[in-house]
Amino acid sequence: MIGGFDIGGTYTDIVILDPASKTLRTGKVGSTPGDPSEGFLEGLMSLAVDPADLQLVIHGTTVATNAILERNGCKCGLIATKGFRDILELRRRDRPHLYGLTGDYRPLIPRYQRLEVTERISAEGEVVTPLNEDELISAAERLVAEEVEAVVVSFLNSYANPAHEHRARTLLQQRWPDLFVVASSEVLALFREFERTSTAVVNAYVQPVMSRYLTRLHGYLSEKGYDRDLLVMQSNGGTVGTVSARERPVNTVLSGPAAGVIAAAEIAMESGFHNLINYDMGGTSLDVSLVVEGKPVFSSGREIEFGIPVMLSMIDIQTVGAGGGSIARIDEGGILQVGPKSAGAEPGPICYGRGGEDPTVTDAQAVLGRINPYYRIAGGSLDVERARQGIAKVLGQPLGLSTEAAAEAVLAVAANRTIGSIRRISIDRGYDPRDFALFSFGGAGPLFISHLLRETGAQIGLVPYYPGVLSAWGCAIANLQRDYVAMVNRRLTDLTSDEVIAQLEAQQAEGEHFLNQEKVALSRIHVLREAELSYEGQTHQLRIGLPAGGLSLPGIRAAFHDAYLERFGASRDQFCGLDTLLEELPVRLMNLRTTVIGIRAEYAMRDLMPSCQDPPASALKGTRPVWSAGEWIECPTYERAGLSRGAELEGPAVIEQHDTTVWLDDSTRAQVDATGNLVVRLL
Amino acid sequence: MADRIDPLTLAVIRGSLEQVADEMDATLERMAFSPVISDGFDRASGIYDKENGEVIIQGPRGLPNFIYVMEHTVRSVIGRITDIAPGDVYIVNDPYLGGTHLMDVKMVKPYFHRGELTAFLANSGHWPDIGGRVPGGFSTHATEIYQEGLRLPPLALFKRGTLNQEVLDIILHNVRVPRERQGDIIAQVTSLHAGAEKLTQLIDRHGRDTLFRAIDELSDRSERLMRAHIEAIPDGAYTFQEHIDSDGIDWTPLTIDLRLTIDGSSVHVDLSNSSPPCRGPLNSVLSTTMAGVFIGFKHVFPDVPINAGCFRPFTFDIPPTTFLNAQEPRPVSGCAAEVCQRMIDVILGALGQALPEKAYAGPMGTVTNLAVGGNDPLRGYYVFYSFIGGGYGGNHLTDGLINGNPTLAVARTQALEIFESHYPVLFRQYAIREGSGGAGLRRGGLGVVFEFELRRGDASASLLGDRGRFQPFGVFGGKPARTARHTFMLGGREYTPEHLTKDEGVSMSAGDVLRLETPGGGGFGDPRKRSPDLVAEDLKLGYYHRQTAEEEYGVVPSDRNSKTGSD
Repeated sequence: MIGGFDIGGTYTDIVILDPASKTLRTGKVGSTPGDPSEGFLEGLMSLAVDPADLQLVIHGTTVATNAILERNGCKCGLIATKGFRDILELRRRDRPHLYGLTGDYRPLIPRYQRLEVTERISAEGEVVTPLNEDELISAAERLVAEEVEAVVVSFLNSYANPAHEHRARTLLQQRWPDLFVVASSEVLALFREFERTSTAVVNAYVQPVMSRYLTRLHGYLSEKGYDRDLLVMQSNGGTVGTVSARERPVNTVLSGPAAGVIAAAEIAMESGFHNLINYDMGGTSLDVSLVVEGKPVFSSGREIEFGIPVMLSMIDIQTVGAGGGSIARIDEGGILQVGPKSAGAEPGPICYGRGGEDPTVTDAQAVLGRINPYYRIAGGSLDVERARQGIAKVLGQPLGLSTEAAAEAVLAVAANRTIGSIRRISIDRGYDPRDFALFSFGGAGPLFISHLLRETGAQIGLVPYYPGVLSAWGCAIANLQRDYVAMVNRRLTDLTSDEVIAQLEAQQAEGEHFLNQEKVALSRIHVLREAELSYEGQTHQLRIGLPAGGLSLPGIRAAFHDAYLERFGASRDQFCGLDTLLEELPVRLMNLRTTVIGIRAEYAMRDLMPSCQDPPASALKGTRPVWSAGEWIECPTYERAGLSRGAELEGPAVIEQHDTTVWLDDSTRAQVDATGNLVVRLL
Repeated sequence: MADRIDPLTLAVIRGSLEQVADEMDATLERMAFSPVISDGFDRASGIYDKENGEVIIQGPRGLPNFIYVMEHTVRSVIGRITDIAPGDVYIVNDPYLGGTHLMDVKMVKPYFHRGELTAFLANSGHWPDIGGRVPGGFSTHATEIYQEGLRLPPLALFKRGTLNQEVLDIILHNVRVPRERQGDIIAQVTSLHAGAEKLTQLIDRHGRDTLFRAIDELSDRSERLMRAHIEAIPDGAYTFQEHIDSDGIDWTPLTIDLRLTIDGSSVHVDLSNSSPPCRGPLNSVLSTTMAGVFIGFKHVFPDVPINAGCFRPFTFDIPPTTFLNAQEPRPVSGCAAEVCQRMIDVILGALGQALPEKAYAGPMGTVTNLAVGGNDPLRGYYVFYSFIGGGYGGNHLTDGLINGNPTLAVARTQALEIFESHYPVLFRQYAIREGSGGAGLRRGGLGVVFEFELRRGDASASLLGDRGRFQPFGVFGGKPARTARHTFMLGGREYTPEHLTKDEGVSMSAGDVLRLETPGGGGFGDPRKRSPDLVAEDLKLGYYHRQTAEEEYGVVPSDRNSKTGSD
């Protein structure tokens, strides 16, 4: 048995995958942030699983992200090039809000824990001033005396020549073997000193926390008889063992959400859908991501909060404050707004009856009869009448709308924010939503599937069998993965293809070495090569795939040019002849990237999903009043688990399961496919 | 109103319009060659009314300085071009025809929907060079606009979809490093086309009639919101004065003399007692001056959406007898950043008196424009342009931010490592400038030290900053911040510009150094009321030193954590 766990701030989700008996079981228990192993064990107990029976445990964790957001990481020191210790605090010169000059900024390492040493390397990688090792040691002595647990060494231009950083790290580790030492170029070998330093600092700041967490959790599982490595999900959708996770906790900032995307890609692929727009709507936020030709789309980094960027390759997940708990209000200009403020878990929506007074998206759903008032995850029933009153008073009366119309408006505005997010991640990047299936998960997502199908132009909506535990599911099936990037920053015409190939092969060798060290059985190894290029003088780059075998530099140039025109609208005839001017420009190869994936095992999802043989009529639970197309109707409600493969339903209909509700409006129909997914189409 | 638009459609259209402008900004910054556009976000995009050029929407991430200016740009196209046709794209940078300074090059595209002129799309991007007597365009000794660079009235770069090669050739033959500017032109044109495509989708979805009724409604609501804020200000006249050090030629301050009259829900902005036009480039054109007023209000009332409606409560008296409404051929390269920021400062100062609960102490108030051009023996001709941050004022909520970006901008600094890999410079220091913030209950933010050495070849450096004489102000007993201090080391000898923050064509050779020290922000409230714990922490952080703690904060620190000495 393989255990996939997603340990979030509120819930711990569990998926137990048993390849032998071809079963997959799920569970959801409350998280225990003080000691996550408690929730872990409780989850296993809820499914009657003995840790000793697990062959592998893979988990997603918010330890790293929470340590930053809550500022309870470790005490760190920074050693920088003389003259540059403030890089971390100066950021890139910005402000927290576009308008309004309020707000200040506290870096993760305060100024008195940031010291300088004499050394300098040029942009070309030449040593301008040698590293003064005496200064280095005395700086580190001062930091150690201040009782720092981790030290970041970040020198200017270390991406071009890491020798000084390496030397410094070696000296510090020799002298203080228990100190965590992070060299910036080892975490990220790219230019942009602030982003590189910030990424390394995030790593150091969470490293002791992650290390203690893994030691405790792994030790605990060992005590209970689990004798394998404990794998951790990274933001790139691949997993690593505890040794790697301790070394690079910064790679886990999107641990849980990335696992959800991996599961979505696998599940949909089996149903024959290779292009997905995923939207994961929970209580407070909406995560939107893209899968193209079966592979998640990546970004080169994200800002965890103001002034704390992490610039590592990770699944591109756009987060906005729009979820079931998002609060609807009328702004000073008289316009209805939904989110980003959320009622959160406490007090929660009005209908939870825990003192919430601000109408939320969930209240609007409850008022329109879309969610079952007796079917709530956390137990207890919904106070729909109170939600009606709240919506009428706060929204309906001021807007001159009936309560139902006001509730519908809330849902439409919430959907529009989702659509905006979907557009930004698809159309704005040159993808046409009409070529994509909408993959819906999270507790609040499937209620919007009909609306979003109509509005985005996507042809198909998919709701997986277990939309509420998708991240745990992704963990259970994830592969091992490491990403490598090397900066080249030279004109293509100044390079030979041999040099490029040698660089890529070196990255691949490092990746294969990593996989061999992990104690996980692999069925095969998959390697991806990519290059980032730009026209000379540009600072933004475009990433293109490289062939696995031989390379030709003119071929790379041509592929880049085509990709550039495609990205910025040549297909839309937007260059008006100016593209010929681009052809005259020199092209620079900025970075080479290699992704090495160790494929564990390939599972057929369809074999793992429970299947019911009964006709759809037996899934019919009854009817209840639901607001549909401007009137109250008696709407049929179905139990998801009772729908057999191939079953078809036509809207309006409500489909209920323990972790979400699917709303099919009168313009949609749905069918259960061979993998157990609900496939939703417009009529 | 019988045909009032429903609240849902209104909310959806508002979000969708922002998405159109946002897409234009994103395309422009991804494609641009100019690092100050792509990495620094010195650009803006928007949609404008087909008849009068009024702003319909401007990208939420666009440079604030352009919020009002672009209306004038579009208006000058409408006024001067008689045969506007589908497929046209106009280029314009004339400050006197809706521009700012010459380096901000605007492109305007008439947008036709099913054959009918429906709106204008426009964008602006800062080019690192536009020709003229010094690389980068910041000629501090210019006395006429003709010396500042190539000046383009609205010209058809594309006519009915066909590139006007002659216009392009004139431009590329008159700017330094033309290859990169060619890339910026492509980026600006493509961005307009991308916006047009999205706007078409939006109109097809909602119908032209609904869309424009929604736009009218949105601007009425912006106006109502702005008026509601103004109503809350006690009626009366509020005055505030601030100064520009000099015009770069005559060592005489230029004064902005503001008299802000609040009458119910209207504002009258009287600047008629300000200094007369100057000989040097610290004049401002009318639209840029007005943009400064609006940005100042927007910093105090950030929730008002920007469209034509929010400008309606304002009336102005800015006669051409002042340097704030200069007439051609006055030079104006300092208007976009320096004069505009000082304009924002006086608005913050006056509104702070009226609304202490929203008050700010003065921000650094200068962007310290720096342009360096030369020939790198390793990589060839280059021009780089950068501007430097400083501290924000302490304010009603927090201490001032350290190294904030200029109040008129959203622009980030380019990474030092990118500078060093593109240009022959080696940085020596980039650091917090200790002691530069004003003392206060909430202290001012700190400025920066930005120091680099020229590594190879010869170069010509120009500097156009301010706040070398007049300090960013404190409020409610808070102290003013330190002024700027800029120093060259040329052939081993120290050189300070005669006008402190302004100079042009300074010849630098390999090994020469430029050190810029930017101002902090002013303090908010009586520094003696700041908690001794916070003062101790400030000392430990080295934000100021012992003498300041004792003399200004009235705190005698324990010795352990404080550097001795004065700031």
